[in-house]
Amino acid sequence: MTELIKHEPTTIYIKPPKGFAALNLRDLWIYRELVFFMIWRDIKVRYKQTLLGALWAIIQPVLTMLVFNFLFTRGVIKVQSDGIPYPIFSYTGLLPWGLFVAALNSASRSLTSNHNMITKIYFPRLILPIASVLGGLVDFVIAFIVLIGMMVYFKVSPAWNVLWTLPLFLILAIVTALGVSLWLAAINVQYRDVNYALPFLTQFWLFITPVIYSSAGFSEKMQLAYSLNPMAGVVNGFRWALLGSGNGPDTSLWVSVTISFLILFGGLFYFRNMEKTFADTI
Amino acid sequence: MTTAISVKDLGKKYRIGAAQTKFKYGMLREVLVDAAMTPVRMYKALTGKGARGTTNTASFWALKDVTFDVEEGKVLGIIGRNGAGKSTLLKVLSRVTEPTLGTVSVRGRVGSLLEVGTGFHPELTGRENIFMNGAILGMKNAEIESKFDEIVDFSEVSQFIDTPVKRYSSGMYLRLAFAVAAHLEPEILVVDEVLAVGDAEFQRKCLGKMGDVAQQGRTVLFVSHNMSAIMRLTQEAIVLNKGQLIMRAPTQEAVDFYLSSGQAQAGERLWDGEDVPASSSPFRPISLKVKNKSGKVIDTVRSIEPVTVEFEYQLDASITGLRVGFYLSTMRGEFVLTSFDTDAPELFEKYDSRKSGRYVSRAEIPADIFNEGRYSLGVNASSFGVRRYFMDENALAFNVDISGAPGMQWGEPRVGPVRPRLNWKIEKLD
Repeated sequence: MTELIKHEPTTIYIKPPKGFAALNLRDLWIYRELVFFMIWRDIKVRYKQTLLGALWAIIQPVLTMLVFNFLFTRGVIKVQSDGIPYPIFSYTGLLPWGLFVAALNSASRSLTSNHNMITKIYFPRLILPIASVLGGLVDFVIAFIVLIGMMVYFKVSPAWNVLWTLPLFLILAIVTALGVSLWLAAINVQYRDVNYALPFLTQFWLFITPVIYSSAGFSEKMQLAYSLNPMAGVVNGFRWALLGSGNGPDTSLWVSVTISFLILFGGLFYFRNMEKTFADTI
Repeated sequence: MTTAISVKDLGKKYRIGAAQTKFKYGMLREVLVDAAMTPVRMYKALTGKGARGTTNTASFWALKDVTFDVEEGKVLGIIGRNGAGKSTLLKVLSRVTEPTLGTVSVRGRVGSLLEVGTGFHPELTGRENIFMNGAILGMKNAEIESKFDEIVDFSEVSQFIDTPVKRYSSGMYLRLAFAVAAHLEPEILVVDEVLAVGDAEFQRKCLGKMGDVAQQGRTVLFVSHNMSAIMRLTQEAIVLNKGQLIMRAPTQEAVDFYLSSGQAQAGERLWDGEDVPASSSPFRPISLKVKNKSGKVIDTVRSIEPVTVEFEYQLDASITGLRVGFYLSTMRGEFVLTSFDTDAPELFEKYDSRKSGRYVSRAEIPADIFNEGRYSLGVNASSFGVRRYFMDENALAFNVDISGAPGMQWGEPRVGPVRPRLNWKIEKLD
């Protein structure tokens, strides 16, 4: 017998849930290796038995960018791009947007598609949506390489502070995606309506987010109302960090950040509260 | 002695009713009516009236007021009918579902031999799945690495360890999955044989592993319908009935009590909605009867007369490849025989698919089979290799009266579960 299993066993108390469940981050920490394994499994499996493999991570944003660029240069859509070459402008928006949509799509299904794990064994259920959201980072990094190429081509150089501002906005993107995902994943266990609502939701959300247009021309009041959409803060922040466009951190950014964290905390508590019924209702 | 598991006033309530049965069979009319009612339902849900409330949803207690302790290193058997709460109890102990009332304290990691293959991904190789599955079962990476070779040896698939498991045969797949679960080495092992998958050989392996674990001084909870396995592997058992713990005693005593009290009387077993787990849908058992030559339901069978076993059931949807049959076993849990209604090739072809409706499957057990004593009839409805709809290994018990049976001139009990009238010839050779 190995040394590893000779540790003193810890006693677990199982009680009926009362009121709002505590977040129980300790359990999440104990099972942290499982998060990495789930991400690793997602990535390993994602492009198995596909012809183009990881190229899909590039094809999706690049094709979308080309389509929008076509519409822009032909004058079909007339939008502001803050004086930045439109391909770069739209691509920097599509990057965090793609991360967000992919996270929503996979995380909202993460519980239902792993229902046999949920009905058979214990582990912190939060692991499933968290791993789904983080798993999207790989595609993001691949697609990001294309952006670097484009920036070299269009001779756009980022500000020096990109090294710390970009990661911060990436974290904001993940916080937003995780927050919304937690709500959707938990609701999806009971009501599969989520599967049908999600394509519509993301489509609608794209139009109210400055992905293919700039919100710089909006009036100040409008800006503030606009920033209630946390993805507006994320996308504008990305552009500011990478291209120096827009105002940088201002009131509307802080509104977006606050909303993002409110959604996340609300999502965490809602998820934890619904968690006790997952195995029975899934 | 320290206490490994302490269960106090445990209760688990499930909701049954409207919410779960909706659209089971996807009838268009129901869907349309439901769609038309959506605004009403949403109004009710939002204002908190009806809907999720108490009016149209019934609830039942899968477990109620269950209290017991298990000392470290003990092997405890859990027996009870289908739906008595055995599986729910194990689910609560392994933290899959949360209790409604009461508390449980569990000292150490709880593992189950049934979690085999949970989280296995067909696209990953055997090696990758070992790590993945180990992590899901709560093993640390270092722990899996240290046991990796052992797991591979045990699974006997070392040759294919870098092949995606979707290319494995089902036997290889099961062996690998079992190997990981078997090496988890939890402080507390729960084994729910009732839900066990796989062939007899695999189930034997599970039981073997369970025996090893018990000998290492770990705590084991063992759920089974097989009384001989319970008696062989446990010293003590609890009996559950309708969610309540009705007895805790040395195994022999508990088994005797269960067999004599839990059985239906009068050669007849009827199922009402409550006794049938939702998982058996669309198969719904109605009754099982033992009848004599003149068609009368009897609870004492004469061994020199043929008896008829009648199993009536309802199919709520058509089922392909359904076979309905029974097990005959002695009260000690030894199987005597198994037989299915589509055993004969003609019937097998004719009833390739059974439409929804009410059926009765009837078989005659010829005379001169039974020995003296008490036998148990179990029923099974399944599609081979696809799904087991319903099973109850102890659906009904009956007595056998052997007056007139062969060998009665000697007043001694005969060993063996059967007492056939064999065609003896005696020849003088010189």
